[in-house]
Amino acid sequence: MKTENPKSEIRNPQSEIPEQWQPKILAFLCNWCSYAGADLAGVSRIQYPTNVRVIRVPCSGRINPLFIFSALRQGIDGVLVSGCHPGDCHYISGNLVARRKFALLKNWLEYVGIEPERVQFSWVSAAEGGRFAEILQKVVDGVKQVGPIQKLTKDI
Amino acid sequence: MEKTALVVGAGIAGIQAALDLAEMKIQTYLVESGPSIGGRMAQLDKTFPTNDCAMCILSPKLVEAASHPYITIITDAEIQGISGEAPDFHVKVLRRPRFVDAEKCTGCGVCMTKCPVRIPDPYNKGLTKTKCIHIPFPQAVPAIPIIDKETCIYLNRGKCRVCEKFCELKAIDFNQKEEVLDLEAGAIVLAAGSAEFDATLKDEYGYKTFPNVMTSIEYERILSASGPTAGHVQRPSDGKEPKKIAFLQCVGSRDMQVGNRYCSAICCMQAAKDAIITKEHSPDVDIAIFNMDIRAYGKHFDKFIDRARDEHGTRFIRGRISSVEVDPKTENLIIRHNMDSGRLVEESFDLVVLSVGLVSSSEQRDLARKFGIKLNGDGFIASDIFAPVNTGIPGIFVCGSLAGPKDIPESVMQASAAASAAAGVVSGYETRLIKREFPPERDIRGEPVRIGVFICHCGINIASTVDVEAATEYARTLPHVAYADHLLFACSQDSQKVIGEAIKEHGLNRVVVCACTPRTHEPLFQSTLREYGLNPYLFEFGNIREQCSWVHQKEPEKATEKAKELLRMAAAKVARLEPLYKMSLPVTKSALVIGGGLAGMTAALDLANQGYPVTLVEKEGVLGGNLTKVHYTLDGAETAPFLETLIEKVKSNDRITVYAGARVKEISGYVGNFKTTLEGVLQPIEHGVVIVATGAQPYEPSEYLYGEDSRVLTQEELEDMLKENEGKEKSPFSGMKSVVMIQCVGSRDEEHPYCSRICCTTAVKNALKLKESNPDLSVYVLYRDMRTYGLKENYYQEARNKGIIFIRYEEDEKPVVAMNAQRPEVKVRDRVLNGILAIHPDLLVLSAGVVANPDNPWLSQLLKVPLDADRFFLEAHVKLRPVDFATDGVFVCGMAHYPKDISETISQARAAAGRAATVLAKTEIEAEGKVSRVRAERCSGCGACVDVCAYKAIELDPVKGIAVVNEALCKGCGACAASCRMNAIDLKGFADEQILAALAEL
Repeated sequence: MKTENPKSEIRNPQSEIPEQWQPKILAFLCNWCSYAGADLAGVSRIQYPTNVRVIRVPCSGRINPLFIFSALRQGIDGVLVSGCHPGDCHYISGNLVARRKFALLKNWLEYVGIEPERVQFSWVSAAEGGRFAEILQKVVDGVKQVGPIQKLTKDI
Repeated sequence: MEKTALVVGAGIAGIQAALDLAEMKIQTYLVESGPSIGGRMAQLDKTFPTNDCAMCILSPKLVEAASHPYITIITDAEIQGISGEAPDFHVKVLRRPRFVDAEKCTGCGVCMTKCPVRIPDPYNKGLTKTKCIHIPFPQAVPAIPIIDKETCIYLNRGKCRVCEKFCELKAIDFNQKEEVLDLEAGAIVLAAGSAEFDATLKDEYGYKTFPNVMTSIEYERILSASGPTAGHVQRPSDGKEPKKIAFLQCVGSRDMQVGNRYCSAICCMQAAKDAIITKEHSPDVDIAIFNMDIRAYGKHFDKFIDRARDEHGTRFIRGRISSVEVDPKTENLIIRHNMDSGRLVEESFDLVVLSVGLVSSSEQRDLARKFGIKLNGDGFIASDIFAPVNTGIPGIFVCGSLAGPKDIPESVMQASAAASAAAGVVSGYETRLIKREFPPERDIRGEPVRIGVFICHCGINIASTVDVEAATEYARTLPHVAYADHLLFACSQDSQKVIGEAIKEHGLNRVVVCACTPRTHEPLFQSTLREYGLNPYLFEFGNIREQCSWVHQKEPEKATEKAKELLRMAAAKVARLEPLYKMSLPVTKSALVIGGGLAGMTAALDLANQGYPVTLVEKEGVLGGNLTKVHYTLDGAETAPFLETLIEKVKSNDRITVYAGARVKEISGYVGNFKTTLEGVLQPIEHGVVIVATGAQPYEPSEYLYGEDSRVLTQEELEDMLKENEGKEKSPFSGMKSVVMIQCVGSRDEEHPYCSRICCTTAVKNALKLKESNPDLSVYVLYRDMRTYGLKENYYQEARNKGIIFIRYEEDEKPVVAMNAQRPEVKVRDRVLNGILAIHPDLLVLSAGVVANPDNPWLSQLLKVPLDADRFFLEAHVKLRPVDFATDGVFVCGMAHYPKDISETISQARAAAGRAATVLAKTEIEAEGKVSRVRAERCSGCGACVDVCAYKAIELDPVKGIAVVNEALCKGCGACAASCRMNAIDLKGFADEQILAALAEL
């Protein structure tokens, strides 16, 4: 799973991205590595964008693809999922279970027309505070390029 | 008398020993000379051969040690003296002042930002600066600052006190004095570690003279994401990314010039690891590792070296570099080497890393002296081959690199072994029961949700960025919130009272605290809830410091908005939380040990000494295993008397039941509650733990004329011959002229791609024996790398001094053996003479490797535990859980795990016994509270959850055809919940509904 910004090939021609628009980003972080990495970013006072909200889960293997759909459906513009590096899982193989799931999910998201920038996966260890901040910045930048989410959401 | 122990040194070995002792319910003092526990491992970037992040796997252990009710951590301490004897030691410990009151300090760190004095940061090896008052490193335990006495302005010049002024909790205490503690301990474990070799002693390498020469531990800090360059490899002179890096091995090791003859055992792998990590950072960098031998003798080590070489293009170049010169213009470093070809070349490098060895420092030698313990010639604690964790003084044990250089898993193994040995000393004494009494839990069923919200200022850490008052006001507007307040320090003792009183007064039944991180502070608030009658799981944390105020310092408004939203999410989740209870299971306090060799017998005896009944099953008719075929140890001692005594001890022990000539037929159950049937035995055995000690077997060579000519034999057969002729005046060796030994027969080849670890030492041992029986005999050892790691190197050097000839061959140019004039003829390329050497030995001895026990696949199925690619048993974690399996209650030791020598086998066997005793010491096993739950009506019995569960905690009920969670085994990772196609399985405390509710607030 790469952390670089994938190039989006899906564009919504009608969407005009408002100038001052700030995307809403949700991050699912595993308790043992990525959440600890996010904490270390704080301890190291590394500054990153304010538009990210974190939900802590025990393991990236806990993340049901349903959570990601729900987030997108209610208008969250981007989702980051991050776990321990392959091989480092606190629960032996939970992140590998996650990796398999997300590989499929990625295909599905592309199929339904969700820009790949919106849902990104990464591995961040407890020692990688700087990397966590960098990845967040990349996710925010990526989502900014594709604009507010319109697929899956409906104004009522 | 109560069970007590004292552990000296809190690196990974000391921490592991303390944790094991504590889990055996033994009151343990963990005494550390530095300001934090963690030792050298805390400074490492990653760990070989899995490249696990060191801090990721270490920091949970630090937190566990800090919060364990049976462990008392004493840092900044020094052993002054000891009196008494086992099991009644009195240890005097001098505690130096920290000048910070640990009771009051919350670790907020304001003092560090205000302190005007900058000092070199010892954690980063002086490559960066820290403050005079500083927390040693972000994950330090205890996580409170220390004032450096030498550089503090106030302590030296009587002025300043800035830290005191800014500390709102009045935690700075300049009046702290040294104090002497008198501690009682039934047993003592020494784990004071080792020091790094001082590279300035090798001035020919220019360390501290040339800016771009650094030590391996400094390089670890450079590689670390939390290090001075945030993991970007930069050279000191100009901050440029180096394009060419040289690693010089054996700096301060295998070097009589500096008085260290031994091998430091870890540096080859460390250099390979650093090379791989560097290459992963920047693939274009060229890395050369200059070495004498590559000592990749451990489990999965050779594959790691292959990866460094083949996948990452690391150059491994033979030879010790005599000196490093500098190009003053570029600050590049010039190294001359002969590239294996004999032709001298000059190569320029941007950076040189010195792989410094491990040495015993004066501090460590001093410690041994205070305890009256003997040191060996290399300055490490001397240990007997047959008693590797004993010190010679009853009741005092040793582990880790204090007893000689070793890597992390070896240290951890020895730590668990020392804990097991120490537990044996105090086994007859009372267990102090530490159980906090709580008021009865309030039944909240039927109550409307009433949430209490507490928002922390953390001094100014949160409040200077986030508008805490506004957030508190906002909290009051949220649904179900019955009470909201803000606290200066939510974690302080008086705040717990405030929270508790609010629970009572306002009838709260859910609590949200918005403060720092749940990873460190959740347990504290949970216990407050419990203390005031609420189930501890009715709690949720909002992280508004690490993940808000600290990372958005310049955007206070947005940070406040974010804090409010985090609060809203937490409130939405907490409203849906329900009381959870930890299930507990009874433990059958007895063990089953499979395998009656050295490992199995040692483990059985250790457990019996701790008071537990043991059933020992051996498939052969007699006990002894592979040790019956080993006649001598490396230092020339006979093994037979030791083995006979060991067998006798096992047989005569009332607590051990031996089934020889028996096989296991069936094993069922789980941790604490196993049931095993043996073939031909009707009555099943009930036991709480299983130890796998089924050993391994020698490789039977099919190469080099083995079996075709009687003069070709294996080391094992040679050893038999040596034994038979011991002391005889006319031995067959006296008439011989030459003997050739070939190493790596059945090791490090395609079929067996691993190093068998013991054959180099065996060859050296037998070569020395041969020389002893006939000094005129020419002995040739044909090898690929001499892997006489650690202190074994001394015997290799002795062999060389006695004229044994070592000739290296390459994997692609193995020696050729053929019959010539009815004699075996060995042809090998001699790289020094650069020609083919033909030898006509009287004996050709093959160092046959070790192969896995063919029973392993069967046993692994039976126990549901994994094997590795080489069919040895695969432990739960190669670094920190070297004798555990992922399946609770099952342990491994000896050659079933990997080839190992006598000492290592004994250490690992005792370690397995120690780990097993942590289960058996409990009357009940308490499971996790946040475990999976199956909704039977939705389950289709597809078994997807069974497949993803790494802990074998889910089974399909054979009658109902639905999944059943064994709460005793469930670790609460939630992989099953995320994988269920029917949405039939959920994780308590992280349920779908709860997560989605939090998410819906965004």
